[in-house]
Amino acid sequence: MTAHVVKWWTILRISLEERFVYRGDFALGTLMRFLPIITQIFLWTAVFAAVEQASTQSGAQASEGAAEQSAAGSATTVAGYSLSAMIAYYLLTMMSRAFSSMPGLASGIALQVRNGEIKKFLIQPVDMIGFLLLTRMAHKLAYYTIAILPFAFVFYLCRGYFELGWPDMQRLVVYVCSLLLAFVLGFFLEASIGLISFWFLEVSSLLFVYNLLTFFLSGHMFPLDLLPDIAQQVVTYLPLHYLAYFPAAVFLEKIPANEMWIGLGVQALWVLAFIGLSRVMLNRGLHRYSGFGG
Amino acid sequence: MNIGFYIIIFQHTNMIGEEGGWKQYEFFVFLATTWFINSIVQTFFMPNAQEFSELIRTGNLDFALLKPIDTQFLISFQKMDWASLSNFVMAVALLVYSLINLTSQPENPLTLHWSMFLLYPFFIFCGVMIMYSIMVALASTSIWLGRNQTLYNCWFYITNFSRYPMEIYQRGWGWALWGAFTFVIPVLVVVNIPARIMAQPLRPVGHQWYWPFIALAATLISVLSSRFVFKKALGAYRSASS
Repeated sequence: MTAHVVKWWTILRISLEERFVYRGDFALGTLMRFLPIITQIFLWTAVFAAVEQASTQSGAQASEGAAEQSAAGSATTVAGYSLSAMIAYYLLTMMSRAFSSMPGLASGIALQVRNGEIKKFLIQPVDMIGFLLLTRMAHKLAYYTIAILPFAFVFYLCRGYFELGWPDMQRLVVYVCSLLLAFVLGFFLEASIGLISFWFLEVSSLLFVYNLLTFFLSGHMFPLDLLPDIAQQVVTYLPLHYLAYFPAAVFLEKIPANEMWIGLGVQALWVLAFIGLSRVMLNRGLHRYSGFGG
Repeated sequence: MNIGFYIIIFQHTNMIGEEGGWKQYEFFVFLATTWFINSIVQTFFMPNAQEFSELIRTGNLDFALLKPIDTQFLISFQKMDWASLSNFVMAVALLVYSLINLTSQPENPLTLHWSMFLLYPFFIFCGVMIMYSIMVALASTSIWLGRNQTLYNCWFYITNFSRYPMEIYQRGWGWALWGAFTFVIPVLVVVNIPARIMAQPLRPVGHQWYWPFIALAATLISVLSSRFVFKKALGAYRSASS
């Protein structure tokens, strides 16, 4: 048992050290990642300006025309989001994606299967998925240690967009839990896709489709509330929206208190499902796998 | 893919910007223009730019330097990624679809003029040249930095600004961005000018007649300055081999 712990601890430590080699590049890269937010701010400002103008025009003609006008006053909303909430949403999805995105995981597994590097996990007493999970955790830990500065900086600059301020304690707990679960879900989801390579060898086009779908259906691109009702119904049954939308929606109080616990539970179930799936796939895959040469 | 996002946006608004005039189909022309330029850049230049930083790191640039041909030409056109050209076809489809809708809309239909079909490709070409210049300049920096892994990221973030109508930046501190990305790194004119020529041909009559000239000047200056940066960078090249 202690040997196991020491082994996994060593893996984690080595990966951490590896990650800290390029600190400066890392911090700069993180800050750059916020640049697209700027264009989103301007894009949505323009959209809201147009919506507001349209509603005041129609409001002048007929008072019932101002459907988008909220009852409280002149604040324009789109699908229940005010401009500030919209921008806050984008900032929060950045946060969610910092946890749930797994760049290079699936393609890495596929590459190892293809070029036979996966053999080392057959020989060494190291579990492949566990090893990858630990290196990924190390990667993320290193990432947060450095990224916290640019993140804090940007969130401080943008604090005005969070009109509701900090959510209450219960919500905050759900938020943090859902972020952590988003990490695990993202990992096992993508690992499962990478493991398909035991059957297909080349998964890059599959991965492309997956990334596209994730971008769209996880809520990374826009709040899922903007979708038409039917599509919204479908999306809530998919695991993808837990990767970005759900944590952000919890934080912004878009999800009622009783529903958020259920949501968290469903998210946990998805995590378990994908842990199981990736285990089965690895087992089956290794039985299919044949390695040649040294 | 982005089109899904904009279809959804246009479910909630009929225009981007108050007086920007980018309604749904005008904006789709804009989007098609973005796709044209991106597909051309990705087909012809992107693979080469990535290759270039690798050539520097491995020292294989020596071979390119030895050949009796202009180095920039050689490394710019070595490879082509034909698969990226599929987006070009998509762009044609989207453009045709939007133009059909624009010309047949009941209020203020768009009338096409033959000059638009000459100017549009020409300014798309200008846009591609600006993008190419930025790419060459970025790729050249890897001579100084040794390795430039973030090249693609940097490229993505800079060109990200070019994907939106320039009007959206024209408020508050956005003016600073607008100025920087129009006159310093002219990414905003890349898509905006050809898209405007196609979708809003009536507007340049007023105070906006000078935009095509700005685009032209921007193209010339970008190409020349990227050439200068490239030459300068080559001067600093130290082979990586023995």
